[in-house]
Amino acid sequence: MAEQLNSMLSLRGLTRRFGGLTAVDAIDLDLAKGELVSIIGPNGAGKTTLFNLVTGLDRPDAGHVSFAGQDVTGFSPERLAGQGIARTFQLGRVFGNLSVMDNVLIGAHTRLRAVKPAVPVIGPLLELGLALLRPSSVRNEEERLREEVKAILARFGERLLPRIDQPAYSLSYANRRRVEIARALALQPRLLLLDEPTAGMNPTETAEMQGLVTELKAEGLTILLIEHKLEMVMRLSDRVIVMDEGRKIAEGPGEAVRTDPKVIEAYLGHGLSGASEQESAA
Amino acid sequence: MSSWLDYTINGLIVGNVYALVAVGLALIFGVSRLINFAQGSIYLVGAYIGWVAVVQLHTPLPLTIIVVAVAAAIVGLIIERFGLRPLQNSVRIAPLLATIGISFVLDQLVMLTFSPNPRALPSQLPDVRFQVGGGTIGPLDLLIAGVGLTSALLLFVFLRYSKLGWAVRATAQDRDAAMQMGVDVNRVNQAVFGIAAALGGVSGMLVGMYYNQIDTAMSLQATLKGVVAEVVGGAGNVPGAVIGSLLLGLVESYGVAVFGTSYRNLFAFLLLVVVLVLRPNGLFASARQAPPEPLTGTFIAPSRPVRIPRWALLAAAVIFAILPLFPVSFYVLQTLINAWLLGMLALSLTLVAGTIGQVSLGHAALLAIGAYTSALLSLTLNVPVGLAIIGGGLMSAALGTLLISPSFRLRGHYVSIATLAIGEIVSLVILNWESVTRGPIGISGIPPLSLFGTDLISPTSIYWFSLAVMVVLALLQGRLLTSHLGRSFRAIRDDDIAARAYGLSLNRYKSLAFIFGGFAAGVSGGIAAHLYSYINHETFNTQQSILALTVVILGGLGNVVGAMLGAVALVGLPEVFRIAAEYRILIYGIVLLLLVRFRPQGLLGTI
Repeated sequence: MAEQLNSMLSLRGLTRRFGGLTAVDAIDLDLAKGELVSIIGPNGAGKTTLFNLVTGLDRPDAGHVSFAGQDVTGFSPERLAGQGIARTFQLGRVFGNLSVMDNVLIGAHTRLRAVKPAVPVIGPLLELGLALLRPSSVRNEEERLREEVKAILARFGERLLPRIDQPAYSLSYANRRRVEIARALALQPRLLLLDEPTAGMNPTETAEMQGLVTELKAEGLTILLIEHKLEMVMRLSDRVIVMDEGRKIAEGPGEAVRTDPKVIEAYLGHGLSGASEQESAA
Repeated sequence: MSSWLDYTINGLIVGNVYALVAVGLALIFGVSRLINFAQGSIYLVGAYIGWVAVVQLHTPLPLTIIVVAVAAAIVGLIIERFGLRPLQNSVRIAPLLATIGISFVLDQLVMLTFSPNPRALPSQLPDVRFQVGGGTIGPLDLLIAGVGLTSALLLFVFLRYSKLGWAVRATAQDRDAAMQMGVDVNRVNQAVFGIAAALGGVSGMLVGMYYNQIDTAMSLQATLKGVVAEVVGGAGNVPGAVIGSLLLGLVESYGVAVFGTSYRNLFAFLLLVVVLVLRPNGLFASARQAPPEPLTGTFIAPSRPVRIPRWALLAAAVIFAILPLFPVSFYVLQTLINAWLLGMLALSLTLVAGTIGQVSLGHAALLAIGAYTSALLSLTLNVPVGLAIIGGGLMSAALGTLLISPSFRLRGHYVSIATLAIGEIVSLVILNWESVTRGPIGISGIPPLSLFGTDLISPTSIYWFSLAVMVVLALLQGRLLTSHLGRSFRAIRDDDIAARAYGLSLNRYKSLAFIFGGFAAGVSGGIAAHLYSYINHETFNTQQSILALTVVILGGLGNVVGAMLGAVALVGLPEVFRIAAEYRILIYGIVLLLLVRFRPQGLLGTI
């Protein structure tokens, strides 16, 4: 019962097929409040598809997603964002022509109140009117959010603050990942999904990112992490889930998973057979 | 019920013609994910080459077909080599705009060479009809069916059994993988454009013979029909395109049978909108596909906008405001009034196409809605002109947004098709809804502009009025861009999936953009109606939509100052250089092409 109350995310039998391929195959997953769970697995294991299903960008063919005790299966991504789910993308989807400041402000979009009154039917027209007239309540809200964005950017040291007015397309790859995470934090999420936050980062940058995720976890944020760098996964995760060909093949504390023969098979088995084929070809 | 058989035969024959265009579009879409808006122009070129061959060179029919196919294929190869290949690595919007520009250039070249008057293209076949069941069929019908079937068979053999055909299919499936396997993608593109153009050209010639008439308006119609058939069948799906074409032919033919000829196109475009809304991947699309993950900012060119100091803008405003106090000619004022009206339309389009990324090709429809509303309000309800114009703006905002809303879930090129079709639908409704719009007669005797009971008759007062309205709209739009809506619109343009993941509803924000933009365009149309005193369903046509798009690209997508600068430049410069009217559209097309190629961010940069 206590577990039920604390459940942040719960997936039951979640399945997604693309033609003949089952990208996500009957996945069960539970994430308690404040927990950090990592999903690992070879490329094409279905990790990102799973993220798409949880965030509403894709619909499952079978199974259920519940978030904070509510069934949210098939909810639109906009609605899920409003409920407090934020994610980053594998390929670093920042808004290229927007400044760093504007990118992160978009993250706070679901928190706009003064300029987006919750009035049915004419709400959008009021929003247009308020955006043009800009009464002091709207100006204050905007000002407050801008200060907040600066505070979030300050968490990345001097990486982003000096570039706050630069368009995102001009940023380095690593900085785009940081902007994505800043944007996700601006939503003040209850659940944060990070899709390979350190991809393409060098060891120093990876260590910085690891430090940040550790801080976020310490602040009590619930995090679902996809990551290939096993050392980081082992250090950060309360639990690790291993996926291969859409299925969950192992789950448990990091060390236990690491020595699981099925996991070794999934990671190394494919690799070894690939290597031996190459050798025999040569 | 014999006539039904006739309508069925007619529908299938016309469908066969559409298939020749649609198959070409499908091939091109397959290998380059591009909807070739110039396909109809090649069809037009084919028809006129056919005319030259038949009427001037007296070629026999088989030779005519070969001449048309070869000449059209050469045009297709030129388009591919010089129009599109240089844009291979540019943003996705570039080839779309390029084919629009190419289409205008080709149409205008044909018009300048052969004059816009219709010409008779005699069929070279004997004029006899055979009884088939209860209907009749002529030799030309058989020829069209024969050409359709033969091309389908040849294409099938080519794609299935030739090496180049394999390469085409491989490229369509996975361009990158095909390149890595050593497929020469440029050659594939060449082959596809050559084939598509040959089919399109022959199709144009056959249609000319079928109706025994060709004119330059054929081009846009053919593009639209081909695109409709292709989208109905599923973009990039070659057999689907053939079935979609036959279906379109039948729907039109039965529609004409029930409602009359003037409804032919209405049915085609309604079919398109219905398919786009219900099955955007076509009737025969396979299972849902994984959502694409494009890299960021690939739809429009990244750029840094040119910052223009506030004093310079103020100075420009003052100079234009006091201009009529100096002894300038009526002609100059007239030209600038046109520029201000176009500027309002460009402000609207730069918001819709630039800021939120919905490249609308039917924007003139918003002018028409505003113009008709304002004209009818003032004429039939005696509403004061100033209020009637505002009414026109509001009607454009409401009706335009409502009409475009089914396409809010579409992306990229599909939005352009949908807006083009919706623009045509508006024009056809105006033509057919005689009880309200007075149909083809148009509305005359529209009262002149007036403000607070005073008529604005002098050019100076009209000048000030339209300048003031444009400046107010521009200031409002500038304010909009600096609000949270500005960044929300731009975020949706840059990456709609990431935007949705952060709670931005596409319906809500696209609606707001169209409401704001629709108002500006409607006001522009309203002012124009009172200025011209006469309007009909052709006053606001696709040429104006394209002109506005060129202005927007010239100024920089989403750039408010750019839209006004672009309007002054494109209206003013041809006057300064005294370029004859018939060459202007040609020049707009060339300007669009050069911009896309050499300065995609426009003069002042994308915002």
